[in-house]
This record gives sequence, structure tokens and C-alpha cells, in this order.
Amino acid sequence: MTNHWIDIRNSDVILIMGSNAAENHPISFKYVLEAKDKGAKLLSVDPRFTRTSAKADIYAPLRSGTDIAFLGGMIKHIIDNKLYHSEYMQLHTNAPFLVNPDFQMPGDLDGLFSGYSEEKRSYDKSTWSFQRDANGVPKSDPSMQDPNCVLQLLGKHFSRYTPEVVSDITGTPQEQLLQVYEAYASTGKAGKAATIMYAMGWTQHTVGTQNIRTMAIIQLLLGNIGIAGGGVNALRGESNVQGSTDHCLLFHILPGYLPTPKSSWNDLATYIEKSTPKTNDPDSANWWANRSKYITSLLRAHFDSVLSAAEDFGYDLLPKLDDGQNASWLMLFDRMFKGDIKGFFSWGQNPACSGSNAGKVRKAMAKLDWMVTVNLFDNETASFWKGPGMDPAAIDTEVFFLPIAASFEKEGSVTNSGRWAQWRYQAVPPLGNSRHDSEVMNELYFRVAELYRKEGGAFPDAITKLSWDYGFKGPDGKIHHMDIHAVAKEINGYFLEDKEIKGKLYKKGELVPSFAFLQNDGSTSSGNWLYCNSYTEKGNMLARRGQSDPSGVGLYPEWSWCWPVNRRILYNRASVDANGQPWDKKQPVIWWTGSGWKGDVPDGGWKPLSQPGTKKSFIMLPDGVASIFGAGMKEGPFPEHYEPLECPIEKNPLSGTKNNPVIKRFYEEGGLEEDVFYSCDQRYPYVATTYRVTEHWQTGVMTRNIPWLLEMQPSMFVELNPELAKEKGIKSGDWVKVSSGRGEVEAVAIVTERFRPFKVQGTTIHQVGLPWCYGWNTPNAGDSANLLTPTIGDANTMIPETKAFQVNIEKRG
Amino acid sequence: MARKAFMIDTSRCTACRGCQVACKQWNKLPADAEVNRGSYENPPQLTPHLYNKIEFIEKGEGKDFTWRFLNQRCLQCGDAGCIKVCPSAGALFHTEEGLVGYDQDKCISCNYCVNGCPFDVPRYDANNKVTKCHGCMDRVANGLQPACVKACPTASLQFGDRDKLIAAAKASGKQVYGETALSGLGAMYALDGSPQDYNLAENPSIPQSIFLWKDVIKPLGILGFWGAVGAAMLHYVTVGPKQLEDDFEDKGGE
Repeated sequence: MTNHWIDIRNSDVILIMGSNAAENHPISFKYVLEAKDKGAKLLSVDPRFTRTSAKADIYAPLRSGTDIAFLGGMIKHIIDNKLYHSEYMQLHTNAPFLVNPDFQMPGDLDGLFSGYSEEKRSYDKSTWSFQRDANGVPKSDPSMQDPNCVLQLLGKHFSRYTPEVVSDITGTPQEQLLQVYEAYASTGKAGKAATIMYAMGWTQHTVGTQNIRTMAIIQLLLGNIGIAGGGVNALRGESNVQGSTDHCLLFHILPGYLPTPKSSWNDLATYIEKSTPKTNDPDSANWWANRSKYITSLLRAHFDSVLSAAEDFGYDLLPKLDDGQNASWLMLFDRMFKGDIKGFFSWGQNPACSGSNAGKVRKAMAKLDWMVTVNLFDNETASFWKGPGMDPAAIDTEVFFLPIAASFEKEGSVTNSGRWAQWRYQAVPPLGNSRHDSEVMNELYFRVAELYRKEGGAFPDAITKLSWDYGFKGPDGKIHHMDIHAVAKEINGYFLEDKEIKGKLYKKGELVPSFAFLQNDGSTSSGNWLYCNSYTEKGNMLARRGQSDPSGVGLYPEWSWCWPVNRRILYNRASVDANGQPWDKKQPVIWWTGSGWKGDVPDGGWKPLSQPGTKKSFIMLPDGVASIFGAGMKEGPFPEHYEPLECPIEKNPLSGTKNNPVIKRFYEEGGLEEDVFYSCDQRYPYVATTYRVTEHWQTGVMTRNIPWLLEMQPSMFVELNPELAKEKGIKSGDWVKVSSGRGEVEAVAIVTERFRPFKVQGTTIHQVGLPWCYGWNTPNAGDSANLLTPTIGDANTMIPETKAFQVNIEKRG
Repeated sequence: MARKAFMIDTSRCTACRGCQVACKQWNKLPADAEVNRGSYENPPQLTPHLYNKIEFIEKGEGKDFTWRFLNQRCLQCGDAGCIKVCPSAGALFHTEEGLVGYDQDKCISCNYCVNGCPFDVPRYDANNKVTKCHGCMDRVANGLQPACVKACPTASLQFGDRDKLIAAAKASGKQVYGETALSGLGAMYALDGSPQDYNLAENPSIPQSIFLWKDVIKPLGILGFWGAVGAAMLHYVTVGPKQLEDDFEDKGGE
């Protein structure tokens, strides 16, 4: 979230699209309804009428996988009717920038941008660039009239997305389409705010990243980024997904969103040189220019502090990616399937149900030598070897099960969607032999390090030279009880030697006050620069419980702590005009008093933009402004509609380019039968999507073990419309078989008006939906919908496309 | 003491069913083994282990389609059919706060309350004793909110002084269901729709036969009951215990 949960109550218009917040984020509705109490409009756009739609002022259905078309039409509506916030765009975005005249767009190139190579299935992005002056600063036209400026190109690109064309792709009746457009676009005025609440319904597509981009563009056109009640708000699916991402759950980043080193980046200097963004614009803060301080401090936290600058503080010991390597989820299980991976820790997860194309995942685990599953309960992953279709005698994988403490059984922090890192305490001791995750890791560390010391190995230093000061060491040299506060302090960071900064002396061993004090000479450590300021000499900021709200807009700055530096609303310098005065006088986030800022922690403390010596408002980007034109994307600087890999129509109504042209195609490139897909194939004529339900959580490992929850949602179901049900002779409550090219599941039919047939390209398209919270390990509950989903990912992130694929449905014989 | 009540604001209910689970947790009620019958609504009816549930109501088609959610439970009537009809004093009763409580030790398993309830609420458990939502009378008596109210994330369920809840609901322009019916319900609905939209009776009332029972037959019956006991005692004193049972059965209700 750029904003935070409480801030939803400040919105005038709330769009819930790509998420089903009422069902999957029930608490959010406290704030959604508070906004409605004050007159806000709630818009629900979803293939299915959900519990969210039930509370909405306007509901608009759309066929799964057509969000860019839907939102592209909204961009056209905003530009055609000049509903955008001109002054905001001029100040805070690249809308006025002039683009390379050689840049060409899908309207001219049959669905492609300039620079595409059919052979490489990727783009040469050289034309996706700005015209620059002699100093290398982008040229711009503040009037935004130049035909080559970003705003004009954006208008030209989306001029193809007329309501007729959009409706013919999405299946949304034009009436509802325009109702949504008009309601949302009404917030382009100063003093009005609209927010978007999205989740996996947007990300889990081959165009997932571009779905979010499209919405980010809309928010920038309307001036909705940085303000109270605005922003682009990802609703995270678990209490601590934000925290795990911040601390490098993903393969391509280290903690604090520092890039993972490549094997060709031989030393720390090369890493810094290659990974530090540059700018020629003296007015751009380009905050990532501080990269060297953050990576150096990270190394100082990770590795033994005796490692010197001459030893690059242990840079060589960091894990590195082969150049061009993608180690995302789909790739890991693909390699496991092919026998390349021998051992696997499945820690707090259940890939046998959660992984797209779960049948392939289950087969892949049978190729392992060993697997350690760390979980609260037995689950379909831990017991995969005795699951459906498995022959235990033929599987050599040795499985270890480590019972682990639940969140209530341990102390520590979780970081919520709104970036609030909140400390919580142990309520009850762990049951039986289960232990805290940290205790398990601690034990693993000492045992593995000891083995390396005794027996040597290929690369022992990466383990033996880790710093591991998380508690009192016994006479045996081991830590027997992890001090979780020591971990939190290391994440914040210490001064490793006496250091004078701006005339003040900080003593060795002191906690660093904030990331502005981090150094690249090895004198500071920080396990995650973004969290530097979270645990200081003033104490554990995460444990704060102050309830004052001086802002009046729900920032609650003394409740827990939020990254970065307790800034509650990101990009908040865009909430003010050039003189530092808030666009929204009633709900100001920050304001300039003449001598300083008041309100939230400003996004950089520089003076308002009209005053000399200031820096632009989007400090994390080299150009200093938000990207309406975003050349960082793999498939184009503007979003373009492409059909899902599996789709029900022969061709993309907008162009001759049917699918995202830069996705990795597993089936064509690897040829595995497990990766097969069927597009526009009569055997699998119905669009399908997957989702969660309020009553179960993720794959259901926790909730399927709670009888009260199973009572409410006892088993696998599939929702379908009455017309399709009649055609297929299916009645509500019947058991049916749903199949895709990858597998099949049995489910109880829920025949409901909440799904409606779509009129697309002159034909009737039926869509069905299934939850993925069930598994064979719970008696009579059915199995995971992910047995049906495909092996294909988004071009930028490789998140699997589980939200739009093709199935058949038949009454069970 | 001011009468306490629930106000159930249907416009705020997202059917998360936290109320269903919180109730089971506080009241230590086991889960029923259920199957999906083609709906989210589960269990389909109140059971001896289910004191409140959400009804999922789908109506209409296309643009006129609605999906409404109604928290079903004992509505804690002011003029409570179940209390009226109950022959065992103190088995069903109004608490000080006006909730309809019950005492299973005094329940004689007659099932009359089932017929006396206009809303089909009371259920009988495995011991053949009455169960239903009692408004968490144990929590309320100790100054706590009922468990369902505490769990509700959207303030769809509210509990407090009945007068204040009614005033607040009206002030925000809501239609209150149950303000006066049955001497005022102790669990009212602030409806965003008509009673029919929620499958609720427009004018809920106790079945006519119950008035007859309460006002005519039951007093006579109780008179008759004590008459019979008196006769039996006389019989015991004068004749001895042997034929007591027969006499009691034969003459009961005289």
C-alpha cells in the first residue's frame, strides 16, 4: 500500500477490482463502510458478484483477464473529457516529457511497441526514451500539447479503447462501464480522492504488472497519489507478506529491495556501479544514489565484522544469480521436476495446493532426495507421497516434518499491508515439541556451521562467517535461546565504530537513528535500510501504542512504526502544490508553514517545488517524477490489452498480437506435457478463475483444521450461472467434475445469478470460479483448484496466471 | 435498568460470519459436520449448536440482482411467545437487561417454546433441553458485549441501551424492524430494504393459539395441576402411596 488501512476512510470513491476485500480482507470493510457513511461511492468490478459487490453502489462484471481493456477505456474517458488534474501532472509526473520521435505504439504496429524482436521475444527499448537537453535532462512541454509528450501519446494509445471496443472485450455492458468511469473520474479535482484496493485478481495474470501500471496511470492522471484517501493499495494476502517481501522473500532482491548480485558483478564496487541509478537532473534527489551505503551496511550486518573493506566486507559470500537467471516459483518447480534440485525446505507453505499447476508441483517433489516441511499441521505437501495418484513405494523422497509455533506462540513483528511494522507478544507457549521459527533456524545454523568446520566443504565461509549474535552463548559456543530483540536491533543497525556525523559523535554499539546516518565505509550495519529507525536508542518503535492523531486524517504516528522513517503515506509531497499547500484543504497530509513541513513525515524535507534548491517529489525515481510513461516494463511503456494464455476467443480484438509477447512460454520452450495449455479449444470452452473465501485461509492448512470453519465452508465448490447449469443438466448441490488440460477436481455446484454469461465478440462466454483452499488431506473436502491452473507467468514477475484459464465442467457420473 | 438490545444493521453486514464463530467459541458449542448443498449458507438452519447464523438471500436478476445478508437469531421479544408458553416457571425468562434467557435445569423438555416462537428459534439439544441465543446473558451481566458483537468487524452488530440504539438508527435515516412488534424486539434490524427483501414477516406476532394458551388454558392448567397434586396428597394421606401414580395420571388436569 502507498497509503494504509485506516486511510481508506478518507476516500470519496473506492474501486475494488482484482480483489474481493469484503471476503478476503474483512477488517478493511470497517474503513470502507466508514467512508460510505461519509458519502463515498463504492465500485466493485469483478467477474463474479461477490460479498464485496453486495455492498457496492455500482457493480460491473468483466471477463477474467480483461482488466487493461476496462481500465484503458477509463484512461480514454478521462483524457477525452479532460477530467485529469493538469497542475498535479505538470508538477509531479512525466506527462509533459517529450518522448523519442522514433517511438511507435501498438496502434501502428499491430499490438507491439517499437523495438520488438520476434526471435528473442523481447524488446530493444532504445526508442522507449525521452528527448534530452545538452545536460541529459528530459525535455518537456509544460502545456502538455506537444504531440510527442507523454500525455498526448497516452491519449493516442488509448484512443483505440472506445466503450464499444472495451465492452466487446470485457463483456461489461456499456452502461455499467460508463457508470464506473464517471464515478471514478470525478476525483480528478483537487480536494477529491479515490483509492484502489487490489490483490491477486490483478497480479496473477500474464499481464499482472501492467494491470497495476494501468491503475497507477489513472491515479496519476487524477492526482490521487500521495493524498489522503488515494494511492495504489495492494491488499496483502497474509498478515506479514509485506514484511517478508521487505526482508527479501523473493529471489531477485536482498533486504530493503536491493538487487540480488549477479555472478558477473565480481566485487562490491561493480555491484554499486551496476546497480545504482543515475540522473543528470540537479533537481532530482535520486535517493537510490545511496545504494552503496545500504549494501555496505547490509554486508556489515550479515557477516562477521572482522571482514575488512579490502575483503569487500564479505560481498563474495553473498549468494548470486547467474546472469539472466530467473529463480522464481515456476522456475524452481520446473527445475525440481527435471531433477535439478535435490533438497527442499517447504517452510510455512503448502505448494502441493498453492502452486499453480499443483499436479506438476506434486510430481516434482517426488524427484527430490529430501524435503523438510515446517508447519503447524500435516498437509498435502508434507504427505504428498501418499496423496492421490502417488505410489509411496516408488517415491524415494525422504520427508522430515518440523512442528512449528503459531504466531500467538512467539514474540516478534509483523508488517501489514500499510507497511506498519507492529510488535506482538507471545500469548501462550508453543504446544508440544513445536518451536519458534527462529529457534529452528538457530539450531540449523549451529549444526550446519559445525559440520562445515569439521568436514570442510565447497564454500564454508558463506555460513561460517555469518554474524550470529542473537543471544547469550553458552559454554559450548551455542546460543540456546534466541533473543528476538537482537534480531530486530540488527535489522535496524548499529554503529560498529565511533563515528562523528554532522558534528555529533555516535559511539560504537549505538543503534543507528535512521538510514540517513548509514555509511558506505563499513562503520555502520543495517540488516534492512528501510527499517533503520525502527529500533533505536529511544527503544523499540514497533512496540509503540500511542493513539494520538494530530493530523486528524488517521495517521496515528505513534502507533507502531512504518517504513520508511514512519512515513504513513508514500509520495506525500505530491499531495501539495508548488507552494507546499495541500490540494485537499480538509484532509491535508503535509503542508508547508513557511519555515518547515507539518503533518506526516514528508517524502524528503526539501522546500516546496516553487522555491530554489528543492528536489522533485518522487525521490526514488531518477527523473524525480512519477512515471506515466514507464520504460522499466518488459512489454511496453504503456499497458496494452493482451488475452490470457488460455482464452475463449480466437484473436485479440485489438490487434494481431494475441498474448503478452514477452512472457516465457513453458510449453513451447520446454515441451513438458505437464505444461500443456488449450486456448480457444472446444474441449475446455469455459473461462475459469480461482479465489479464496472468508472462511478459509490460503490453502486452508490452518482453517481446515478448525471444525467451526469447516462447518461453514465444508468442501470444494464451483460457482456457475443458471444458463450454463441448464445446458449441462447441473443443479445446485450436484457434484460435478471440472477439468483443464492439466488436471481435474470434483466440486459441488453452486448455481447462482452471481455469475452471468458475457457477451464477447458476438458470442456468449460462460465463466466459472473455484476456491483453492481445499486439499485431499481433509476428509471429504475435495482438492485444490490449482490442479487446474497453468504453468505460465507474468512477463515482469513470473507470478502465475491462476486467475484466467480454460476448463470444462460435467456432472459427475 | 434500561432495556438492552441488539441493533443489527444489515447495510453493514458483509457476511464474514465472524459472529457465527465467536458465538461457538464463547458458548463452547461443537461444530456440526456439514456438507455444501449448493450455497454459502451453512448450516442451513439454526441448530442446537448454532445460536446465530447468516442467511444469504439472492433475489432478482441482472442489474436488479441483490445479495443480502441477515443475521438470524433469537430476537429477544419483549412479549416472548416462548416464555408465555413455557409451563415450567423459570425455564425461560427475561433477564434484568430484557434478554430472553433460559435455565436448562428447569426445562421439562415439553417443546412448547418451539411452537410458541414466531421466528422458529428454539432448538433442543442432545439432552432434550432448550437452547438458543441468550444474548450472552453471562457476558452482559458482567458488563461485557455479547461475543458476536465483539467479533463483528464492521459494527453491523451493535449492543447497548435499546432506546439509544433506536434513536441512533433513526437519526441515520434507517428503518427499524421490531421497534414495537411483540412489545418491542430485543434484537432489532436496521434494514436497508423491506422486510420482504429479508424474508421477514411484516408484522410478526405470536400464534393466536398461544394467546389462548397463555390467557385461558395455562392458568386453568396450573390450577388443575395443583388441584391434582392436592388430591394426590390427600389420597396419600388417606389411602397410602400405592396408587399415587395411577391417580395422578388419571386425574391430572382435572
